[in-house]
Amino acid sequence: MTAPVTTTGASAAPRTSAGPSPAPRPRRRVQHPGAIIAFVAPFGLLYLLFYVVPIGYAIYQSLLVVEREGTFGEATEVFGGLTQYALVFQNEPFWTSVGRVLAFGVVQVPIMLGLALLFALLLDSPLLRGKKFFRLAFFVPYAVPGVIAAIMWGFLFSPNLSPFQELTRNVDFLGADLVLWSIANVVTWVFVGYNMLIIYSSLLAIPAEIYEAAVLDGAGQGRIAWSIKIPLVRPALILTAIFSIIGTLQLLAEPQVFRSFSSAVTSTYTPNMTIYATSSIPNVNLAAAFSVVLALATFILSFTFLRITRKKAEA
Amino acid sequence: MSAAIDTDAAHGSIGSEAPIGRTRGGAAPAGRGPRERFVPRAGAMLVMGVFTLYFLIPIWWLLVASTKDRADFLGTDPLWFADFAFFDNVAALFAYRDGVYLKWMLNSVLYAGLGALVATLLAAMCGYALAKYRFPGRETIFNVVLGGVLVPATALALPLFLLFSRVELTNTFWAVFLPSVVSPFGVYLTRVFAEASVPDELLEASRLDGAGEVRTFFTVSIRLMFPALVTVYLFQFVAIWNNFFLPLIMLRSEELFPVTFGLYAWNSSINQFPELRSFVLVGALLSIIPLIVTFLLLQRYWRTGLGTGALK
Repeated sequence: MTAPVTTTGASAAPRTSAGPSPAPRPRRRVQHPGAIIAFVAPFGLLYLLFYVVPIGYAIYQSLLVVEREGTFGEATEVFGGLTQYALVFQNEPFWTSVGRVLAFGVVQVPIMLGLALLFALLLDSPLLRGKKFFRLAFFVPYAVPGVIAAIMWGFLFSPNLSPFQELTRNVDFLGADLVLWSIANVVTWVFVGYNMLIIYSSLLAIPAEIYEAAVLDGAGQGRIAWSIKIPLVRPALILTAIFSIIGTLQLLAEPQVFRSFSSAVTSTYTPNMTIYATSSIPNVNLAAAFSVVLALATFILSFTFLRITRKKAEA
Repeated sequence: MSAAIDTDAAHGSIGSEAPIGRTRGGAAPAGRGPRERFVPRAGAMLVMGVFTLYFLIPIWWLLVASTKDRADFLGTDPLWFADFAFFDNVAALFAYRDGVYLKWMLNSVLYAGLGALVATLLAAMCGYALAKYRFPGRETIFNVVLGGVLVPATALALPLFLLFSRVELTNTFWAVFLPSVVSPFGVYLTRVFAEASVPDELLEASRLDGAGEVRTFFTVSIRLMFPALVTVYLFQFVAIWNNFFLPLIMLRSEELFPVTFGLYAWNSSINQFPELRSFVLVGALLSIIPLIVTFLLLQRYWRTGLGTGALK
């Protein structure tokens, strides 16, 4: 993931000045090199500074260990190879938290996308009236930041302050058994409408003629949805699934907020919370190693998902 | 680590999008009796009705709660109004600790409003260049940027913190603002959009008129790309407004907090200071109203943009 910008700089140099050029094949001169640099360089530079360099620096930090001369000696960072990574793999709370968000994702992502798909299909069907209202009503939660949504639901789940006390007094939504799924509810509440709209946009792009033959054959709405619409919105479903998987592994704001409502949410409840807790010890080298492992795991999971869905589509 | 999103398929997909929502009256099977269609219709309305309650009740509850004083909040029906104390609550919120809440709102407007503006402009310039000029390394740059789309903001927070600590810029405005002005998704979207909606002939015509490249971009191209720019702006705005990890790890001084993070901080100490509860609820309501209004006003634009991002 290096050198996105340098290539521009090099290519932008005018090639005409090369005197005795043998010119093996005529290459088209780049037109408007100055403008290209002016357009690409600002973003390129900032991308380099705030995406590429931090990632490189985190990897570098993850390879260091802190050494002290004696108990109270000055701490120095020295190269430690993969020492931090060995610690990552022995760190039980971290892997528990990884397992927790995976379980979360396996349950929450299909429910959320299933609901989003159902709503999108209903919006796209002739069965519904007041489509515009439903579309907006379902999307509004997306405008609520995760932190605020978690605060609201924290109150709604609480045994004493909730409007649904008959329920919340009898079911301990904030207890150790259920709190993960209460958080899943917050995430679902925020993101269903957003995913619904992505799927709905892609349903709208299907030309109406495609349905004509099916309608002539007497296919009902359910059949049309199942056999025509769902296969055609596959790409949108895959896209939303990948972003949901990434989001799940990165879970942070909602459980962090829930810590003030539920003692069952520990400081290492999700991988990102572990990273934060570790960095504020402070043990930045180990936190950096956690970060690298989590980023890799995210990439691997997204790519695996993409692979599997692609293969199925080809089969 | 190259692109996971299929770039080829994404190109030029907007052209096919033109007839959205107009010609389609739905593929209603003609000639079916009304009785036959009643059950699925009622079922569909029922499902949507129930979920409308699910999506709106929490916001309704927040609205009602923020109009109540402390006694009514505990003693009256949580889903209906009691004595209307909304303005008293707002006044108390604004006065608390010398108006720190207003300071947070202002911070959020700067981080998100200004940050998203800069991000959109930078992304549009880069995406436009990648779409409209031929130069070596073009695809490489695009693929590297696309890799960045898949890097979630939270994954960058710690690396950014390590970097900013190195130059001793943590706990400053810039620690949150600068990383926010980079939007790889914006480059992706504006490139796809510029390819489909900025015709080469128009650029040639502008060149013949003697306009420079940069000027052409700002006077001609940027207008044609406007729907994509609104989309990029909105999503970057929401991303910055919602960003939690970056302020959590970077900021220590209360006066630098964005509003969501400030509310989080208050909410975390409700157990010690119960009077904060009312401030958290009223503050939460006030902080989401601008977002909801913006989304509703600009929906024509972002809906087009959403389709562009998802169509492949």
